[in-house]
Amino acid sequence: MNLTLYVWRQKGPDEPGRLEQYEAKDISPEMSFLEMLDVVNEDLIKGGKEPIAFDHDCREGICGMCSQVINGIPHGPQEKTTVCQLHMRHFKEGDILYIEPWRARAFPVIKDLIVDRSALERIIRSGGYISVHTGGVPDANAILIPKADAETAMDASECIGCGACIAACPNGSAMLFTAAKVAHLAMLPQGRVEAAQRVCVMTEAMLKEGFGNCGNHYECQAACPKGIKVQFIAKLNREFMKAQTKDTGRRLVSEPFSG
Amino acid sequence: MPFLKSMVGRKIVMAVSGLMMALFVVAHLLGNTSIFAGPNGINAYAAKLHELAPVVWAYRLVMIILFALHVYYGIQLTLENQKAKPQVYAVKSSLSATFAGKSMIWTGSIIGFFLIYHLLQFTIQVTNPEISAGRNLDAVGRPDVFHMVVLSFQKSFIAFIYVGAMIALALHLTHGIQSFFQTLGLNNDRTFPVITKSGTLAAVIIFLGYIAIPLIIFIGILKG
Ligand code: HEM
Ligand code: FES
Repeated sequence: MNLTLYVWRQKGPDEPGRLEQYEAKDISPEMSFLEMLDVVNEDLIKGGKEPIAFDHDCREGICGMCSQVINGIPHGPQEKTTVCQLHMRHFKEGDILYIEPWRARAFPVIKDLIVDRSALERIIRSGGYISVHTGGVPDANAILIPKADAETAMDASECIGCGACIAACPNGSAMLFTAAKVAHLAMLPQGRVEAAQRVCVMTEAMLKEGFGNCGNHYECQAACPKGIKVQFIAKLNREFMKAQTKDTGRRLVSEPFSG
Repeated sequence: MPFLKSMVGRKIVMAVSGLMMALFVVAHLLGNTSIFAGPNGINAYAAKLHELAPVVWAYRLVMIILFALHVYYGIQLTLENQKAKPQVYAVKSSLSATFAGKSMIWTGSIIGFFLIYHLLQFTIQVTNPEISAGRNLDAVGRPDVFHMVVLSFQKSFIAFIYVGAMIALALHLTHGIQSFFQTLGLNNDRTFPVITKSGTLAAVIIFLGYIAIPLIIFIGILKG
């Protein structure tokens, strides 16, 4: 099949960018979206032009590197699917596709469709860890965890940190990402130790990185390729309120975090 | 980071102040229905409120504080959010964000301006002095609130302003009520869809209740 693409091209972080038109010819419906772009890039290279720069790594929907907004939807129109797992059979002959990078102040464009997502890394570094004793591996089932809690923690831990939630959010907020991390650790006994401090420093780090505030629009949940639910944001909010009642929470939040 | 600088802390202030104002809106509507009992209903109700002046003033003070906090943080958060999303997509499709949700700052502002007008009109009574209840007493010497309201809503301009403002309020609450529960963490898999629907339903009921008064007067069912 043949498609028309409008792709965001931007030479560098401080260069102005714009949408440019390309034709994707003879695309097989079995190809993934990224393979389709590979084909377009081969043509561009053959024609002596600069190929479209885009992020990718695993191409199997687990690393969270691929980051493209296709026709206004992060990761494209297919629900719970990353761009690398999106197949061309979901498109049809003659489709017009607008392909843009994640947009948020905290995600500056590096080149074309590649944005700098290290702000997410710094949010994790601020509080997305647990303190454990070094030494031998603890015995399995040494700490009993109710099945329901383990399941909920697993659901939250599915977040691959791709940033689609931020790209979708009208406020450029990283609330779903942060909530998934906070909820994941807060559900488990090992994560309870720093729970009060974690929710405070991670939301603070988010604010300092220039992400917006959650407006409860739930665009994030709809865009998430892993189906992370906004109920985790409610959980984050509960953790935050609980932290206010704890002295540790309050004392630690006013200390600068290293990051 | 202090509570009132934090992301979630400021949202909590918005949510609590918003919901308290929404509860006031409901109480106010219940009080207003006394107009359907005729001059004796609403004039007696208004006279009673005057007798309770200290309580009413304490109440007003609380409302002023809630309103000020809500507006201050509403504007602050909105400005931050706009800054966080400086560039928009050439093509954008909303997956779940609603018109009501995205226009909170605008519907809120309309409510704010309406509130000023509403207070000037019915509380301070300077916009239409000829029909002010303070100057026109009823047969038993009470301020004639009934005729002030009826004569006001017979004017299409005033009825129009009220209905318009109530549309803004309904939109604001459609997003706001469910948002309150989410912000306070009172939400889980089971309650989530119920809360969203009930919030909208409550907003619609409040809307219908409020527009009933100007409309019934405007189309002439309730006469002076
Ligand atoms: C000048 C007047 C007002 C302005 C400028 C305003 C503005 C806003 C804004 C911008 C939000 C969204 C905050 C966010 O999510 O970031 C909001 C939320 C809300 N507003 Fe208002 N508002 C006003 C008056 C009112 C009134 C009179 C009521 C109640 C009758 C109300 C009830 C609510 C509720 C319940 C929320 C949800 C709180 C939350 O986000 O959890 N607002 N308002
Ligand atoms: S490339 Fe790894 S998730 Fe898409």
